[in-house]
Amino acid sequence: MTSATQPGEVLNDVALWLRMYTNMVAVRLFETQVNELYTRALMPGLAHLYIGEEAVAVGVCEALERSDYITSTHRGHGHCLAKGASPDRMFAELLGKEAGYCKGKGGSMHIADPATGNLGANAIVCGSAGIATGAAFSAKHLGTGRVSVCFFGEGALGQGILYEVMNLAELFKLPVIYVCENNLYTEYTHYSETTAGDILSRATAFGLLAATVDGQDVRAVYEAAHILIERARSGVGPGFLLCNTYRYHGHHVGDINREYYRSKKEEQRWKNERDPIANFAKWLMDQKVADKTKLDAIEAEFADEMRKAVEFAVAAPYPVHREVGEDVYA
Amino acid sequence: MPETNAAGQRELTFAQAIREALAEEMRRDKTVCIMGEDVAEAGTPFKVLSGLLEEFGKERVLDTPISEAGFTGLAVGAAMTGMRPVVDIMFGDFITLTMDQMVNQAAKIHYMSGGAWKVPMVMRTTLGATRRSAAQHSQSLHAWFCHVPGLKVVLPSTPYDAKGLLKAAIRDENPVVFFEDKMMYKLKGAVPEGDYTVPLGAADVKRVGEDITLVATSSMVQVALGAATLLEEIGISAEVVDPRTLWPLDEKTLIESAKKTSRAIVLDEGYERYGVTAELASVIATGAFYDLDAPVKRMGAMHVPIPFSPPLEDATVPTEQTVFEAARTLCGR
Ligand SMILES: Cc1ncc(C[n+]2csc(CCOP(=O)(O)OP(=O)(O)O)c2C)c(N)n1
Repeated sequence: MTSATQPGEVLNDVALWLRMYTNMVAVRLFETQVNELYTRALMPGLAHLYIGEEAVAVGVCEALERSDYITSTHRGHGHCLAKGASPDRMFAELLGKEAGYCKGKGGSMHIADPATGNLGANAIVCGSAGIATGAAFSAKHLGTGRVSVCFFGEGALGQGILYEVMNLAELFKLPVIYVCENNLYTEYTHYSETTAGDILSRATAFGLLAATVDGQDVRAVYEAAHILIERARSGVGPGFLLCNTYRYHGHHVGDINREYYRSKKEEQRWKNERDPIANFAKWLMDQKVADKTKLDAIEAEFADEMRKAVEFAVAAPYPVHREVGEDVYA
Repeated sequence: MPETNAAGQRELTFAQAIREALAEEMRRDKTVCIMGEDVAEAGTPFKVLSGLLEEFGKERVLDTPISEAGFTGLAVGAAMTGMRPVVDIMFGDFITLTMDQMVNQAAKIHYMSGGAWKVPMVMRTTLGATRRSAAQHSQSLHAWFCHVPGLKVVLPSTPYDAKGLLKAAIRDENPVVFFEDKMMYKLKGAVPEGDYTVPLGAADVKRVGEDITLVATSSMVQVALGAATLLEEIGISAEVVDPRTLWPLDEKTLIESAKKTSRAIVLDEGYERYGVTAELASVIATGAFYDLDAPVKRMGAMHVPIPFSPPLEDATVPTEQTVFEAARTLCGR
């Protein structure tokens, strides 16, 4: 996957836009393959697809350096890819293979990769809020200049630890950004039924700088994230970014009949009117940054890469039996 | 729809038995209510509670935010003041988030208040690996609660027991933690219509045998029964005893079975180290000391976080085959 901005690199916006477009396409194609793997019964267990939410991970990670930290969630493939993970080792992890990022021990919900600053996806809702805040603490105290981003779904707003760490982060002026991906539903419940009051003021109450963006607009996400991240990096303090978005698929790949909690019409409306990739493609063409041929070529290239990555993972061996007892202690 | 078995008895799945127990108790007692994540319209991810919202309404079947500590604490206070809440913790792994409420609050309030307050609540949660759900969704952490005075811990292994034990748990005056094996929800068995309870603290002999006792809890009962069938083929008669509740514990039934057979293996899906099997083995080793022909053997989960990769995960829990081998060795065959 295309890497994020390197320090000192002079950016013209065109390069940045095309990179973000490419990365969103890559995430979507990756997830499409995950769904395939599930339907073809090649993947053990379940996976939570990020399709529909691509602009959030891509826009935020574009504003990060490779050495910056992220923590991710059960719906984490998009975050991992956008931070620079490679699809072949991710697929291998999803299939429980030795070549995976966690030697097959973690699976879909636990991909971690020190090389790209990925502290790990987490299957406990809000489970990584402490970890992300701690990474910001070490960045400050070790003087590394790094920033830490904590991705979480709006469901995590229900967990008390979030409020404990936001308080700590502001008191200690830590370079951490809490990125709330509000895709409207927790598992099978609309967020309005589980979230009282106002979301943003939960952060501003502690003094964090907080902003809301259209999470389907990758440029808006990037710009807001960039401001919060650089502010945090300069030592002013933590931030909170609320991204309004939508997941197209079920809570997980097995959640097929969804009519009891949301209508097909609603899903269709988001897909038709609010798709982050289609809308950005249209904008790129309107700006004459790229024509359809070029965008199609990007897609074809990544479709091919994803297919190859899947083949690699399917053919890869499982870990040897002895591996089960390794890595329990460092 | 319930089915009927060969003997003409009504059959329910484990999940249906749980639902029936809750529905009957909610009809009987207006103070019983259910709280948890996605328990209402969704009826939990395992669809155990489907239909309860329709009968009892949103006032008594409450969807909560993802706030395990918060709604468990709320249940403690509600239980102290006239309700009988049943809280639903979707995956047993998430009990960690409720620990202060359960261990420092619910468990101790009756004692600390010199008997003035009581906490009649139930926490329903799950255990069990091999669903390919990895380390944070596969643990069997029931031993944690067994360690705490003031809590009762229930582990049903059949639809019949599930219904009767859950009804007893709801009527109990103490905080009761009720563990359901996620892999068992579709298991079918005979369940009588209407009211009955299974008392907390009474073990059940699931299979009568002469040569070796397999004490097994929850998910391990089916494994033990499977192993017993394999053992029968080589002429070893195994008795399978299910304690059904880990606290209170029916020590007598365990000890008597071990005295009769002179050999025992204790099976539990929690971690073997410092786990339930250690306690049960000690009870048997002490109580049946003069009648034992071999040391009591323990089998539980391997001391590792549950790995995702299927061949690794399968190696972490006892299976029919590994129990069969262990029993054969213990019997000197
Ligand atoms: C502490 C905890 N409680 C419950 C769950 C079960 N669970 C997994 S995902 C989920 C919903 C999460 O919703 P949200 O945070 O909005 O993320 P989304 O799935 O919408 O991306 C729940 C309740 C969990 N994993 N961890």
